[in-house]
Amino acid sequence: MSLSCKHLLGIEELTVADIELILNTARSFREIGERPVKKVPTLRGRSVINLFFEASTRTRSSFELAAKRLSADAVNVSASSSSVSKGESLIDTAQTLQSMKPDVIVVRHPDAGASHLLARYCRESRIVNAGDGRHEHPTQALLDAMTILERKPRLDGLHVVIVGDISHSRVARSNALLLRKMEASVTVCGPPTLMPVDFERYGVEVSFDMRSALQDADVVMMLRAQFERQQESFFPSIKEYFDLYGLSKQKMKRAKPDAIIMHPGPLNRGVEIDPEMADGEYSVILEQVTNGLAVRMAVLYLLIGSGEGVGI
Amino acid sequence: MKLLIRGGRLVDPSQGLDEVTDVMVEEGEVAAVGGGLPDRGAQVIEASGLVVTPGLIDMHVHLREPGREDKETVESGSRAAAAGGFSSVVCMPNTDPVIDNEATVRFVRGQAQAAAAANVFVAGAISKGLAGKQLSEIGEMVKGGIVAVTDDGRPVMNSQLMRRAFEYARIFDIPVLDHCEDLDLGGGGCMNESSASTRLGLAGHHSIAEEIQAVRDILLSRITGCRAHIMHLSCRGSLQQVRRAKDEGLGVTCEAAPHHFTLCDEDIRDYDTNFKMHPPLRTQDDVEAILEGLADGSIDCIASDHAPHTSLEKDVTFPQAANGIIGLETSLPLAWDRLVASGRISPSRLVELMSVNPSRILKLERGTLRRGAVADVTLIDPQKRQVVDPSRFRSKSRNCPFAGWELQGAAVMTIVAGRVAWALDPPKSG
Repeated sequence: MSLSCKHLLGIEELTVADIELILNTARSFREIGERPVKKVPTLRGRSVINLFFEASTRTRSSFELAAKRLSADAVNVSASSSSVSKGESLIDTAQTLQSMKPDVIVVRHPDAGASHLLARYCRESRIVNAGDGRHEHPTQALLDAMTILERKPRLDGLHVVIVGDISHSRVARSNALLLRKMEASVTVCGPPTLMPVDFERYGVEVSFDMRSALQDADVVMMLRAQFERQQESFFPSIKEYFDLYGLSKQKMKRAKPDAIIMHPGPLNRGVEIDPEMADGEYSVILEQVTNGLAVRMAVLYLLIGSGEGVGI
Repeated sequence: MKLLIRGGRLVDPSQGLDEVTDVMVEEGEVAAVGGGLPDRGAQVIEASGLVVTPGLIDMHVHLREPGREDKETVESGSRAAAAGGFSSVVCMPNTDPVIDNEATVRFVRGQAQAAAAANVFVAGAISKGLAGKQLSEIGEMVKGGIVAVTDDGRPVMNSQLMRRAFEYARIFDIPVLDHCEDLDLGGGGCMNESSASTRLGLAGHHSIAEEIQAVRDILLSRITGCRAHIMHLSCRGSLQQVRRAKDEGLGVTCEAAPHHFTLCDEDIRDYDTNFKMHPPLRTQDDVEAILEGLADGSIDCIASDHAPHTSLEKDVTFPQAANGIIGLETSLPLAWDRLVASGRISPSRLVELMSVNPSRILKLERGTLRRGAVADVTLIDPQKRQVVDPSRFRSKSRNCPFAGWELQGAAVMTIVAGRVAWALDPPKSG
C-alpha cells in the first residue's frame, strides 16, 4: 500500500484509500507514544526540515516530535530567525534547503499555494503542507478524522458542524473536503461576513444560525475566532460574537447526548468557547493533539519510509 | 518609398470595404485603393490569401519606461507591438517617475521617435503622482502630445476629484480612461471572489468593485459631458451598465482584454502567477458576457493591458505576485482564433475592435486606409496556426499564461507610416 501522491499538499489531492491508509498507519503508530521509550528506528538516517513562516507551537512541535520518534533528524527553520527576514525569497530559501538534501520539507506559510510553489522547485524532496494561508491544513483534518473515529464507529452518516470564521480557516476547508470524501454530512456555521462565497461547492450546508445548526450534531468543531477580525468589522464585538457563535452549555444541548467537541487550538476561552465546554466531558481537544503526533508520524512514514509506502 | 500591397482581402470597415483589392502606399500615405493597380516602380507585397487591415491599435499597454527598463522599454515594447500586428500603442502613465507632466510626456515621445518600431501615443496621469489628490497639469501634457488621461492601476477614489477631471478634460476634448475599482470593496483580493477563490483559499475581489466605479463614471459622464472610457471591463455587471449608458446616448466606451474572454477564474491551477492580473479573471459567465459584448458592439475595443514583469515579481506566492500579463504578441492570435475563426464575429468587426474604434475614441486619425490616410497597415494570415512560445517574444518579459496554446491567425507584416516595421518573412520584391 502506498499513497497516490508524492507530496501532501492538501486533502483535495487525496483519495479515500489514501485517507484510510494514513489513518490506519497513524493508529498503529499511536501506541508508540504510550511506551516508556517513544522511539523507533523506522526513519533513521532520514532528515526532515520544518520550515515555518508563521508562529506555531503545536503544529511545529508535533511535526518535530513525529520525525524524532521515527529516528529522523529534524531541523526547525522559522521565518523570524532565518534569512527570510533578510529578504530572501521563498524560492531561494527552498532551493538552499533543497541543496541540503532533506527527505521532507514541512512548510507553513501565510500565503495560499506556498507549498505548491515549493513542490514545483524542490523536486527531490517531499513537501508536507502544514498550513498555507486560508487554503488547506491537511494533517489537521486527518488528525480530526482519527479523533472522531476513536469515539464514533464510522464517518459516513455522521453529522459534523463546523462553527466560526470559515472564511479565513484552512482547517474548515481541509475538514470539509475530508469529511465529504468520507461521506459525513457537514454543516458550516458562522456569520455571513466570515463565510466564503459558494462554500456549498464542498457539498456542505451553510448556516448562519448556530442553534439550529447544532440540532442532532454528532461532532461540534469550533474554530478559533481571531480578535483582529473585530477591527475589520467582520463582527462588532467579542461579546456579540460569543452570544451568536460561541459554544455555550445552552447551545450544546441541541446536539446529540453523545456528541463530541473539537477545537484545533489555540483556544480563546470565553470568545468562541465556554471554558466549561472546553474542559468538559464532551471535549476531545487534548486527544486531537495526541493524535496529531501519530498522524504526522504516519504521513512522514508513508512519504519516505523504506519499502512499502514509498509511493511514486 | 512606394509599396504596392497586391491581391489581399482588404477589410476596412471605415470605408465599408471587405474585398480583394490592391493598396498603393506612397510617402507614408495611402495613395490609392483599387483592383489591378500598376506597380509603377513600387515594392510589391504579394498579399493573396492575406487579410489587409488598417494598422491595429492597442490602446492600453505598459511600456515601463521611465523607471522599470528591466521589464520593458519603449523600444522593446514597440517591437513586441509590431510583431503582434500593432502599428500603434497607447502607453500608460504609471511609470517611475509618473507621466504627470509635460517633460515626462516629451521624454517618452522622444524615446519613441528615437527607437520605436510602432507609433507610441502617451496617456497622461489624471492626478499628480497618481496620488488621487490633485489634478495633473493636463493642459501642459496636451501640449506635450497626450491623447487621454488616466490613473490606470491607482484609480481615483475621490469622486469629487474625478468629477473635476471629467470637467477639465472637456477643454481639450480628450477622454478620461478609468481603471474602475472601488479599492475598499476590492479589499486586498488577489483573484475574483467566487467559488474558485473559495477552493484555492485566496482572498477574493468581487466584480462589483468594478461595477460600482463604472456606474460612478457613467453618472459623471452624464453630468459633465466628458467622454468616459472604461478600461479592461471584466464582468457582466459592468457591461450591462455600459449598455444602459450607450442606450441613453452618453459618451461612454469600453475595452476588453483578451485574457478576459479566453480564461476564467477556474483556470487558475496550481497557483500559477501568470494567471494573476487586475482586474482578475472572472467567472465563465463573465467570459460569456464579454464575448457577447464584443459581438454585439457594446464593447468598443480590444486592448491587451500588456503588463510586463520580471521573474522577481512573478516567481513568488500567488498573493505576493505582481498583477498583470504581457499581451502584445498574443492579442491578435487570441482574438482571431477565438472570435473570428470560431465564427463569433466577422473580420470587419475585429478591425473595428482593434483599429477603427480605438482611433476614433482617442482621435488618432488612423484606423482607416482611405486615400490620403497615414499608411499604417497590418497584414494577417488568417490560416496560420502557431503555438504560443513566450521564449520567442520580443517583449523583455515572459509573464504569459498562454504558453503552449495553438492559435489560428497571426500578423505577418506590420507597416507603420508606409515603412515595413516588422515582417515574418522579408517582403518579396517585384
